[in-house]
Amino acid sequence: MLRLERRSAPSTAMRVATPLVAVAASIVAGGLLFAALGHDPERALYGFFIAPLLSTYGLAELAVKATPLTLIALGLAMGFRAGVWNIGAEGQLTMGALAGGGLAAMVFYDAQGLWLLPLMCLAGVVAGMAYAAIPAFLRTRFGVNEILVSLMLTYVALLALSALVHGPWRDPGAFNFPESRFFSDSGNLPILIERTRLHLGYPLALLAVLVAWLVLARTVIGFQLEVTGLAPKAASFAGFKPDRTVWLAFLVSGGLAGLAGLIEVAGPGGGQLVPTISPGYGFTAIIVAFLGRLHPVGILLAAHVVALSYLGGENLQITMRMPVAVTGVFQGFLLFFLLAADVLVRYRPVWKRATA
Amino acid sequence: MLTTAILVTVMTAATPLLFAALGELVAEKSGVLNLGVEGMMLMGAVGAFAVAVTTGSSTLGILAGAGAGALMAMGFGLLTLTFLANQVATGLALTIFGIGLSALIGSPFVGTPLPRLPRLNVEGLSDLPILGPLLFGHDALVYLGLVMVPTIAWFLTRTRAGLILRAVGENQDSAHAIGYDVVAVRYAAVAFGGAMAGIGGAYLSLAYTPMWIEQMVAGRGWIALALVVFAAWRPWRLLVGAYLFGGVSILQLHAQGGALFNVPAQVLAMLPYLATIVVLTLISSRSGRFGLAAPGSLGKPFHPAG
Repeated sequence: MLRLERRSAPSTAMRVATPLVAVAASIVAGGLLFAALGHDPERALYGFFIAPLLSTYGLAELAVKATPLTLIALGLAMGFRAGVWNIGAEGQLTMGALAGGGLAAMVFYDAQGLWLLPLMCLAGVVAGMAYAAIPAFLRTRFGVNEILVSLMLTYVALLALSALVHGPWRDPGAFNFPESRFFSDSGNLPILIERTRLHLGYPLALLAVLVAWLVLARTVIGFQLEVTGLAPKAASFAGFKPDRTVWLAFLVSGGLAGLAGLIEVAGPGGGQLVPTISPGYGFTAIIVAFLGRLHPVGILLAAHVVALSYLGGENLQITMRMPVAVTGVFQGFLLFFLLAADVLVRYRPVWKRATA
Repeated sequence: MLTTAILVTVMTAATPLLFAALGELVAEKSGVLNLGVEGMMLMGAVGAFAVAVTTGSSTLGILAGAGAGALMAMGFGLLTLTFLANQVATGLALTIFGIGLSALIGSPFVGTPLPRLPRLNVEGLSDLPILGPLLFGHDALVYLGLVMVPTIAWFLTRTRAGLILRAVGENQDSAHAIGYDVVAVRYAAVAFGGAMAGIGGAYLSLAYTPMWIEQMVAGRGWIALALVVFAAWRPWRLLVGAYLFGGVSILQLHAQGGALFNVPAQVLAMLPYLATIVVLTLISSRSGRFGLAAPGSLGKPFHPAG
């Protein structure tokens, strides 16, 4: 009978192989799902995975969607490495968009100048950090479960956004549509390739990958996170305070999520605040972080794979009239198969005759 | 009369929370932390609605809801109990998957009308002032939820199977050493939790708001998880918690409808979520670290070879 035997050390080869296995298995499961929905699986798979990549516009959209996923997942991975679960990135993203976008739409809507965009980014980062500080504070001060608090705060943030754009922040000239005024030209992220939506946020995300990689590989902070996650006792002997790790993880991930939110409204969001800012990037980034093995470079690759699932879903909705929810199912498949395959990292399957 | 009507709606609002939280309580008592309640409730809601619409039978709908929730839970069990995957990550995956799959299954049913789950109507008794609607005016699931509380309390403390389940949850290695099948017990507890979450979801789509809307569970799965902590893993306290939270959400609705305060509807809608945070903080700060009352092996993977 098939049994699992614990490996003496986690297998590095498997750590790299399992995400690929998960992607392959998700493609197979996706094909079965399309067939079950009564569609030609070959045509649907082509439309989901290949067709979106065949144009410059499609490739640019891939980068546009990979940008927030990369930024958020980089931050989340820091916490996940240390066993700190920030599940509320969607809320921190929303708060970042509200702060930076609110500044642009309500205060500086007439202002021009190169200073505006950095100021908005700063506001986004600070707001994301501040919002993430709530679960960090409650966890370190009172021992409250950070998963539940950060999640509850996400619902609160989405309602706050809705209240503001339906109420005091609504553009007086928008015929009662729930949307804010447009930002001034200086408040929009510059477009890098004409006739696409590829914006300055993408190179910024690439830069963040580089910085995260340097921090994790070359500084004591990275080491601290790693040790705290792998061996909490050893970490405390080494003088790493668990509370400080919680704060670090929440502030970094909250700040990056806030930045991602600001980038969404100042880039592909069209330079205004509307009731829906993100299609759930804050949650999907959790999948990206795991699929990327909590490693910055892995995260960058994983962000593009998951970004493709958004494009594929949109494409099938248009060309084959499938519900856009196909995207979410595929993303669920990805994480499921990854978690299942991950058993091979720590355990080795062995055939053993049953001993009586 | 108005207060009676409000109390009746509080009971309706509390019922889905009660089902989901009771199920999660049993799963956690066996040592498994399943964060996928939201996803299981969504699958329960959509499964129940789809079956009730196509067959015309709300009983079959409820069963389908329970089945959908249990099926999701078995997927969670396969990953965490057999493949030893991280329970937190797998629970999140279950929720993400449930959001997507329920939206996919439910897309043909958006906008389909469905008659509400029938309310009990006892000739004479239901018309009594105050007590009539409070005691005799509910649908079957409200009563089932209330019956589940003492049943589960009795099962966990008074039956052999319940004691084994708690032993597995308190100390998996000792339970294993005595000869109990830790994994099998946990599969059963997780499946029960899923079925209960599924019924909670079914209640939302068949009775609370008899229709299907994407993500209609709206965070109730997470509130149910918080309720288990609030209740310190005790069924009777869970009942109090569920009714308390049902009350908060109804208060919020009535405040919106009656414009009791001059605040936007969205701000009032934040109340249940904020209340959850406040309650969690009060509970956690009193009992020290999160969950002194928590089962000893909660969230720990079990591998017989150690």
